[in-house]
Amino acid sequence: MNLDTLGTVYGTLLNFRREVEAWAPMANEAPYKAPPKKPVLYIKTANTWSNDGTTIAVPARAQQVEVGATIAMVMKAPGVVAGYRLMNDLSLPHASFFRPPVKFKCLDGFLGIGDMLLPAGPDVDPSQFVLEVRINGELKQAVRFDGLVRNAKELLADVSEFMTLGAGDALMLGCDLGRPLAKVGDRIEISAPGFGTLTNTLVMEVSA
Amino acid sequence: MKHARINYQGVVHDATERDGKLLLPDGQSLSFDAVTWLPPLTPTPRPRTIFALGLNYADHAKELEFKAPDEPLVFLKGENALTGHLRCTKRPAGVEFMHYECELTVIVGKTARNVKRADAYDFVGGYTVANDYAIRDYLENWYRPNLRVKNRDATTPLGPWSVDAADVPNPMALALQTTVNGKVTQSGNTRDMIFDVPFLIEFFSSFMTLQPGDLILTGTPDGVVDCRPGDVVVTEIEGIGALVNTIE
Repeated sequence: MNLDTLGTVYGTLLNFRREVEAWAPMANEAPYKAPPKKPVLYIKTANTWSNDGTTIAVPARAQQVEVGATIAMVMKAPGVVAGYRLMNDLSLPHASFFRPPVKFKCLDGFLGIGDMLLPAGPDVDPSQFVLEVRINGELKQAVRFDGLVRNAKELLADVSEFMTLGAGDALMLGCDLGRPLAKVGDRIEISAPGFGTLTNTLVMEVSA
Repeated sequence: MKHARINYQGVVHDATERDGKLLLPDGQSLSFDAVTWLPPLTPTPRPRTIFALGLNYADHAKELEFKAPDEPLVFLKGENALTGHLRCTKRPAGVEFMHYECELTVIVGKTARNVKRADAYDFVGGYTVANDYAIRDYLENWYRPNLRVKNRDATTPLGPWSVDAADVPNPMALALQTTVNGKVTQSGNTRDMIFDVPFLIEFFSSFMTLQPGDLILTGTPDGVVDCRPGDVVVTEIEGIGALVNTIE
């Protein structure tokens, strides 16, 4: 796709019930002290964007990267969803969610973006989306979007309460527990009915 | 030179400052109050990366009872948060503590990756002033400071000017102050930053590419106070500008 049509891309943490349940024992402890009340968001800056079919360079210091397979709402106008797009939200694994994850999530190329926009419409229910993640052809994860804390409509409403998502801006629905790990040389494929397949291959970063 | 970006009679113009007026490229000269001020930025083909620093002044870190961080506490903003000089910022109903943060802001001048500290200033295009409001009532400890605190629409006034880097010989020794309704409430100097501008450029460019137009809001010193509707907040940095905002 032409990435210049994208606006700001926001990711959402802890929007799968299973993920929230897994964090429940830690959520009341320091430094968190309470479970999140509002959507927990982060930004995938423009330097992270990678087209479908491209390679993504991994720095030598990273043994593995975490694959955050998800689907994002892409906006047509404030409050109006144009459609949905597959995203491969890569991170360096990090154990703490206390501070914003810039150095773990905003590395160059660390967001694969699907070519296919599934247009929004009365027949499209994001809670029915199901995606699969394959690494080197082997099925590693299946994600069902009926397990969300906030469904797409609720998430958009809760986020729009404090910031406007304009034309081209994107909001990911979240990544489920059990995010696969991948390493240099691996081919990551994320596919979902109606979306085709988003493929990116990890390569070693060539140092400057 | 000082650059502005303005809307005059429905048309957006770049302008420069001359003799207390705004000079447009076609030679028109306009008074400051005749225009709507926009953030003093050239549009970018993709959304600019907007870094902001927390706890980056020794005194502010002390005030909030944190030890100085080992590495920059950085968070990101979307362009929805930006607004111009002489505009209003909304205080949400029912909140107890909304405060300004006067911040020296770096405008990246050229593509930067793996930049060394000694070369960092070569990658600065200019400087401006940001007022990085926070609504502390909304703080949560997940990816803190969370976006509901720091990324609300039009809660980050920027401007009035972008000042060319060449006109700011030492950005690390600039007096900085905030007034609320004319009374000085915050006063500091950029020399007290924990992580200075060259460090920040080296640090960020060590793991990601910076592009022209990206912004680094470098944090704020001691002295933040609650602001109420009707308050006029002026965040000013020596040689860069005085950015005026009204709380509504």
